[in-house]
Amino acid sequence: MSGILGKKIGMTSVYDDNGVAVPCTVIEAGPCYVTQVRTKDKDGYDAVQLGYDEKAERLVNKPLKGHFAKAGAKALRLLREFRNFNGMKLELGQELRVDAVFTKGDTVDVTARSKGRGFQGVVKRHHFGGVGMTTHGQSDRVRAPGSIGGSSYPSRVFKGMRMAGRMGFDNVTVKNLTVLKVIPESNLILVKGSIPGAKNTYVTITK
Amino acid sequence: MDKIKLVEAAFVKSDIPDFKTGDTVNVHVRVVEGDKERIQQYQGVVIGRRGEGMGATFTVRKVSDGVGVERIFPLHSPRLAKIEKIKDGSVRRAKLYYLRGLAAKQIRQKTGANQ
Repeated sequence: MSGILGKKIGMTSVYDDNGVAVPCTVIEAGPCYVTQVRTKDKDGYDAVQLGYDEKAERLVNKPLKGHFAKAGAKALRLLREFRNFNGMKLELGQELRVDAVFTKGDTVDVTARSKGRGFQGVVKRHHFGGVGMTTHGQSDRVRAPGSIGGSSYPSRVFKGMRMAGRMGFDNVTVKNLTVLKVIPESNLILVKGSIPGAKNTYVTITK
Repeated sequence: MDKIKLVEAAFVKSDIPDFKTGDTVNVHVRVVEGDKERIQQYQGVVIGRRGEGMGATFTVRKVSDGVGVERIFPLHSPRLAKIEKIKDGSVRRAKLYYLRGLAAKQIRQKTGANQ
């Protein structure tokens, strides 16, 4: 699994060769730096840790400072590990740019934190239909969840019963998005369709 | 926002004439039939423009054989070969939806076109 870290910039549309408008998301991907290389002998599995998004040196605590110094990398905000980097040989401290990992036409998965929706009812959160009508004397059942179980048996609410609660702010992965374009000069990548999260959300793109 | 503009820059057309609502335009549309491509012309009054960047569109209305036709074109679509401004209009509204209920003579009066 090879991949890169980035930031969601926003959406727009581009035209394909047939003149059809294709909706796409612009992601600023990389440059990433290899901050750690894990090997089978030492750690029991092969992986690389990538870092993305530089920050000021004064914001780094001492343990992380040592970690970055070891890799010869600058202070970075986001660190993520990728298992078995598709056989690509990466050295500690190496810079990884978007065009080294992805090319036009690739199929990628994008993982990001979805937008937080706060405390939501069952109609929005689980697509319930609500219970009653607005007429016939009813005034408060339109967005209600309905029955949540039996009374004498089972005398309890089953685990996993879909109810109101906090919605969003989950890690969501969208699979099989096509890469429409890679612009290495400005570290941008265009994927077809939408991806989770607000603008400036950190995203992980994997192949 | 700048990075999105950077992406769009490859598609945004620079040769679009400066036309506004009320003007009469002739739009040259590329039509693909099988493996052949030809240009179809569509002339009418611009009754509205909306959007910015890649999402910008404009609506052209004409009356064809007594039937009103409105087409919405994406401004930067590569399927538009050319947009020709035929006539300047002088109108007081940004959207001319009220033209739908008018006769041809009244439309000429309203848009200031004298053809």
